[in-house]
Amino acid sequence: MADARPGATNGIIRWIDYRLPFMASVRYHYYEYPTPRNLSYWWNFGSLAGIMLVVMIVTGVFLAMQYTPSADLAFDSVERIMRDVNFVWLMRYAHMNGASMFFAIVYIHLFRGLYYGSYKSPRELLWMLGVIILLLMIMTAFMGYVLPWGQMSYWAATVITNLFSAIPLIGPGIVTFLWGGFTVGDPTLHRFYALHYLLPFIIVGVVFLHLVALHRHGSNNPLGIDKKGPQDTLPFHPYFTIKDLFGLAVFLLVYSFFIFYAPNALGEPDNYVPANPMQTPNHIVPEWYLLPYYAILRSITFPILFISAKLAGVILAFSAIFILFFLPWLDTSPVRSARFRPIYKWLFWLLVVDVLALGWVGSQPPQGIVVTVGQIATAYYFVHMLVLFPLIGKLERPLPLPRSIADAVLRPGEARLGRAEAPAAKS
Amino acid sequence: MADLAHPDGGGAHAGESRRDFLILTATAVGAVGVAATIWPFIDSLNPARDTLALSMTEVDLAPIEVGQRLTVAWRGKPVFIAHRTPEEIKAAEEVDVSQLRDPQKDSDRVKKPEWLVIVGVCTHLGCIPLGQGTGEDRGSYGGWFCPCHGSVYDTSGRIRQGPAPLNLWLPGQSNPGVNEASQAVYKFTSDTTITIG
Repeated sequence: MADARPGATNGIIRWIDYRLPFMASVRYHYYEYPTPRNLSYWWNFGSLAGIMLVVMIVTGVFLAMQYTPSADLAFDSVERIMRDVNFVWLMRYAHMNGASMFFAIVYIHLFRGLYYGSYKSPRELLWMLGVIILLLMIMTAFMGYVLPWGQMSYWAATVITNLFSAIPLIGPGIVTFLWGGFTVGDPTLHRFYALHYLLPFIIVGVVFLHLVALHRHGSNNPLGIDKKGPQDTLPFHPYFTIKDLFGLAVFLLVYSFFIFYAPNALGEPDNYVPANPMQTPNHIVPEWYLLPYYAILRSITFPILFISAKLAGVILAFSAIFILFFLPWLDTSPVRSARFRPIYKWLFWLLVVDVLALGWVGSQPPQGIVVTVGQIATAYYFVHMLVLFPLIGKLERPLPLPRSIADAVLRPGEARLGRAEAPAAKS
Repeated sequence: MADLAHPDGGGAHAGESRRDFLILTATAVGAVGVAATIWPFIDSLNPARDTLALSMTEVDLAPIEVGQRLTVAWRGKPVFIAHRTPEEIKAAEEVDVSQLRDPQKDSDRVKKPEWLVIVGVCTHLGCIPLGQGTGEDRGSYGGWFCPCHGSVYDTSGRIRQGPAPLNLWLPGQSNPGVNEASQAVYKFTSDTTITIG
């Protein structure tokens, strides 16, 4: 980093920067970059998600070197990875649990955005790119889960691809097309493997756009007000690099706990039984991070107007995510942060409880009270998005906003460290 | 065409219409070329010829006793063959068809009443229903019961309860409109043998 500072004396760096402004970009985006000085630890999850993406790609590439994507050999090749190959058992546990960690981080990141209104102008596209990343992650995770070719892999693939059979007329044809056969089989496994390897790199591309959009107007902050000058910001390095690294260290403790002490706690034992196309396990559940959507899918047990129950369930489960694209316009309140929104502040937590309830419903067999809870929670989710968001923005009377970030977070007379003084303070 | 291309035809903007024509035709040819290039990539994902070739199964029915059920694999899917008892046939035939979710007469689902041949894949989301093995849950209509989401099928394989929208399919049919035994792709090659596919 030393050579990236203003006035770099290294001739080679200067030569390169004149032709390809690489170090200059790094210097701006990861060193000088003016960051709101009041960012809380809830703002760590973006960089954590980025780190997890790298971890998933690195462990995934090494797994790919040992794995065989064929219906006859896949399960055995995973067993060989776990028993015979040096350390790739570790990569697999890091990859499996990494998926769970990645989703946990991204969900916290998403709810952070919901609480502090990070999706509002001028960050609508930033938010929508994030929703695209979430969709790509779900597709990637689903296809990755199929690769070990255990019972849960096989039947997850069967049930999820069969969702497309709900489409009128062309549905069954689409399903055969997705499978490359008359059932989930060898061609399906091969293409899922190829796509599971491809999609993460597409995610990298969208993450890059996400960052470009982020750095256009900078991070939102817990107050949700725009930064007005140097007194409101601190340089990214060292103030937020160190904060991100500290958060990373804490996160790695949690991650390591799962890898080394509870590697299968988040998985399903049935997936250590080889895939059997002639027998369905008694209780099929997706991984925890997909349970809320699964709950919505199963909650629709009656036709809606002329749409069959099956198709309606599929549409609503997909809509639960797609609706997020419209959130910047569904939320009519001009105030970003829930700190200054006395009603929304509570509704936010109601939505958190609602999504957790959906997760629980998704994990239970669909009988009795579970179905009712699922239907109420599904209804609330969509009412929250389509009715409460527009309505509360109009009805609520927000609290007065502070004049500036510095005004709100610094005591009078406290040294107002701006970005100009930072490098001196650092060295 | 000739008029469009002619420099003197079409009034004040004759030159432009000639250019427009060239742009349109060039674009159209380009679009057809792109589509023709994309098609092999899409079609490569459809079932391959060897996959399609593996689609015929011959079954000897002689050892199946009355009341027994046998599962055979056809196109990688289980096919349920049920040698139905007279009571099961009677129960299937006496149902008031208009009350069914997917109305279909039992006689439209079998080629011979004692032999029911159906694809053993739940029409909800593709699980394999229980009811083939002795002692397995056959649901409240004595047919099949899907453990995944609780669909119940009768002794004709018709949907009676639960989330599944359609009756269990007959081999070779995926469109409910033509789901009739006369068009199912299995045939009795002798009194005790059938070929599926």
